[in-house]
Amino acid sequence: MLPEVIKSVLRFFLLILLQVILLNKIRFAGYINPFVYPLFLLLLPVRIPKTLLLILAFITGISVDIFSDTLGMHAAASVFLGFMRPYIIKLLSPRDGYDSDAVISLKQMGILWMVYYLFISIFLHHLFLFYTEVFRFNDFGATFLRVCLSTITSVVIIFIILLLFDKTKVQR
Amino acid sequence: MRNLFLFLSRNYIFILFILLEAVCFFLIAQNNSYQNAATLNSTNKVVASVYSTISSVTDYLDLAENNRRLAEENAHLRTLLPASYFDTTVVRNHKVDTIHNLEYSYIEAKIINNSTNRRNNYMTLNKGSDAGIAPEMGVITGHGIIGIIKNVSAHYSTVTSFLHTQSKVSVRFKNNNYNGSMVWDSDNSPTEATVIDIPRHVPFKVGDTLVTTTFSPYYPEGIMVGTVKSFDIDAGSNSYRIILKLSTSFNDVSYVYVVNNLLKNERKQLEEKHKDATRGN
Repeated sequence: MLPEVIKSVLRFFLLILLQVILLNKIRFAGYINPFVYPLFLLLLPVRIPKTLLLILAFITGISVDIFSDTLGMHAAASVFLGFMRPYIIKLLSPRDGYDSDAVISLKQMGILWMVYYLFISIFLHHLFLFYTEVFRFNDFGATFLRVCLSTITSVVIIFIILLLFDKTKVQR
Repeated sequence: MRNLFLFLSRNYIFILFILLEAVCFFLIAQNNSYQNAATLNSTNKVVASVYSTISSVTDYLDLAENNRRLAEENAHLRTLLPASYFDTTVVRNHKVDTIHNLEYSYIEAKIINNSTNRRNNYMTLNKGSDAGIAPEMGVITGHGIIGIIKNVSAHYSTVTSFLHTQSKVSVRFKNNNYNGSMVWDSDNSPTEATVIDIPRHVPFKVGDTLVTTTFSPYYPEGIMVGTVKSFDIDAGSNSYRIILKLSTSFNDVSYVYVVNNLLKNERKQLEEKHKDATRGN
């Protein structure tokens, strides 16, 4: 079992490579552009310092930006997600709270929690990202449709990744 | 100060978040052409409103200089206007008639300066010797007489208006041949004239029309000059004194015809000869 830090670093590189090499080329029906790199931020430990989380979010976003020639956009969305993540986790917290060393994984949190968590996080991230990309509210409806469809696609892909890499049996 | 630090330490996550987002948007604006343009546009709106406020103040400071420049430009543009070019075209109508000899030709002109409020009034026309105007030509309108050309230059001519103390025009009644002299008396308004030398026996009434006679070398015969407004008999004289309402409204006249009497010189020479002959006798 690798230490959590090394796992995170590996995850970081793998997810960004997956994102920039494969998923950035995908445009389902011109609307749907899935983004999986936020998963890196989402899988960081629960108790990670908020400052570190924000800085990591910025680094993640900038990395994707550098590859996709959209300097600042993904960074902005990632920082937003990094800022919102503690609140989402708080919102979804179980009655007795999290363990001090809690790690976010399917096994630990359960499917339903993960689905909520992913949907809320990815939705916020995509919302921020797409509206930053359009940079105006004129085509609000069209952009919102893009956000929703991309969110669904991204969450599905992220879920597949989770299932593939979480070797241990999913706990019900 | 303590409160500020307290505030900062309590909200540093949020401040860091805002800072990072600011960096992101700075990068976006720097590197992405669309967002760049959109940000510039919105910042430009703010900047432009500030600038326009500033310039609305500073505009006053160089108002004098700007006025001078504008006046210069106006003068330059004005010289380019069609109105500033002198119209050298002349409309002259000649009738070719071998049985009747043409006696009068007319030159159309425009009054560019006019006065009616003085005792001796003059006008300026926009045509001169280039258009064929010469001194001592009569000037008329469609409604009546105007005066006599006094001086000419190449492009302009001055007119001794009928509203002049020295004016004297031979007139007659339209419905009979009795004639008299029309003058502009000191007590006449610019719409009136006085006709003297009409004998007491001449029958006429208020409203009768008077026209020019052939006696005048300046005007063609039969040009209307006005209508009888009132009349009385000069004390101790044998003739009427008729106040005439002029048919020409000297105040709002603008286009006139200069009358060129082609036979004037011949007539003048002949009459001079006759005068000389009588004097000689």
